[in-house]
Amino acid sequence: MSDLHTMTLAGLREALAAGKIGAGEATAATLERIAAVEPKVRAFVTVAGERALAEARALDARGPDPARPLWGVPVAVKDVIAVKGMPTTCGSRILEHFEPCYDAFVVRRLREAGAVIVGKTNMDEFAMGSSTEKSAFGPTANPWDTTRVPGGSSGGSAAAVAAGQCFGALGTDTGGSIRQPASFCGCVGLKPTYGRVSRWGCVAYGSSLDQIGPMARTVQDTALLFQAIAGFDPQDSTCVDAALPDTPAALAACEDLAGLRIGVPREYWGQGLAPEVEAACRAALDAAAARGATLVPVELPHTPYAVAAYYIIAMAEASSNLARFDGVRYGLRDKDARELLDMYVRSRSRGFGEEVQRRIMIGTYVLSAGYYDAYYRKAAQVRRLIRQDFAEALKRCDVLCGPVSPVTAWPLGAMDADPVQMYLMDIFTISLNLAGLPGLSLPVGLGADSGLPVGLQLLGPAFGEARLLAVAGVLERALGPLPAPAGL
Amino acid sequence: MKVSPQEVARIAALARLGIDQDRLDTFAAQFNGILDYMDLLAQVDTEGVEPLYSPVDGPTRLREDKAESRHSREELLASAPETDGAHFVVPKIV
Repeated sequence: MSDLHTMTLAGLREALAAGKIGAGEATAATLERIAAVEPKVRAFVTVAGERALAEARALDARGPDPARPLWGVPVAVKDVIAVKGMPTTCGSRILEHFEPCYDAFVVRRLREAGAVIVGKTNMDEFAMGSSTEKSAFGPTANPWDTTRVPGGSSGGSAAAVAAGQCFGALGTDTGGSIRQPASFCGCVGLKPTYGRVSRWGCVAYGSSLDQIGPMARTVQDTALLFQAIAGFDPQDSTCVDAALPDTPAALAACEDLAGLRIGVPREYWGQGLAPEVEAACRAALDAAAARGATLVPVELPHTPYAVAAYYIIAMAEASSNLARFDGVRYGLRDKDARELLDMYVRSRSRGFGEEVQRRIMIGTYVLSAGYYDAYYRKAAQVRRLIRQDFAEALKRCDVLCGPVSPVTAWPLGAMDADPVQMYLMDIFTISLNLAGLPGLSLPVGLGADSGLPVGLQLLGPAFGEARLLAVAGVLERALGPLPAPAGL
Repeated sequence: MKVSPQEVARIAALARLGIDQDRLDTFAAQFNGILDYMDLLAQVDTEGVEPLYSPVDGPTRLREDKAESRHSREELLASAPETDGAHFVVPKIV
């Protein structure tokens, strides 16, 4: 078996452009790698091998195209994003046999850039979870230790990237679903600014929170994918027509962190943080300081309320968004129902898993007459206070920095008993979605106790992705790469 | 207990979900655990704070009200559980 899967996306891209490797060869090697490790990792819901090979060979027939920045690069797409003619299940029984008749905007962008989509990656059902255990098609395993979770909800994408089953992947992040699995699997993950990347063709969970973003093995690879998918799309009414800098160029031009002010939020570095996570993240801060950055203590005082506000808003939006699954136009229908109402109830009860049902019901409750003001409106008010906290902190620094998750990857099944316990693990990631700001997860080492990857999070002002990537690039060089995942 | 099993059944009906009798108690207990946690927000003084419903500032961008056809009827019906070839078919309504 070739070791092509250990190359970076940027390295492969160069070899493809120079004609040293063919697109067909790259895709064939990727499919071979998938076949070899997938029984252990289970990162994919669908592997579209023949189709990917046919597409790659068609690329070869016309030869490398310098105008297409991802020409011949095998990538994977989270199964919540529509790819024409491939199942798009969202990790749910209710969409098990659904094949969209269109490509999501980001998928069209990937294709235009010349990427080859090798398959659709596993996820917590409708992106509701932090471990990828809540997929109707079974859990994905962490390539670093296959008895542990890869994080979630984009755990399939993170695991596939870490295991060398693709050169980059798309995930979605509603409350940390790109950054946390990237952290658990030792990859880079970028949650762009809300409105930076079109959500058109992404099945909605929390519409005011969801954002599609790239995941890859290096910062440069992540920047290349981001550059391909970002930009204005009139089909998404929340997509913002903002200037997009040349992100890979900004990254390449940034050599040190001289003059950079890194805000260190007090609330992200205290109680509840595992010592091994704190140690690895502190070492990264020291490395940043050694490269010229100034560390500035800041406060995000409403952080203790973020989990409660987030889950009220996310569940409320979910209960509205998931009302569309009615067994009429697509998805599962209970064929035994004799009447329409009965058909809705039976189809939805059979099609949705327990966590999804729980969130729909709580969302329905917090939006219902008599409770709306106490829960939903109150949460939206707290959301504004959380956004103001970020605005205040970012007056005093250029980026903010903290751990992605208070712990490293936990064992499969460890969080089954109490839903609130898993929600609390999102404490460091969800505020960013409430505020709509961009955030990047960078692997900064292995935990001294668990030997598992630890991620550091860089947060910044709206549309400041290029700066986040540039800072991450300097840190990545300073800290050096992680070893290959130990679990395969 | 803030939410009784009967209340859970009522909410489930609103959400077009059917919860088995033997799972209602478990759901109710989890519901109350989650809502108790959410009551943390009562500690925050939000007097006079305007709710923030979307991180995008400004009014919703509207597109021109112009009809366009992107997909054929066949494509759109292809994923439906039941059709007559031209329409979606549902069980009887009345």
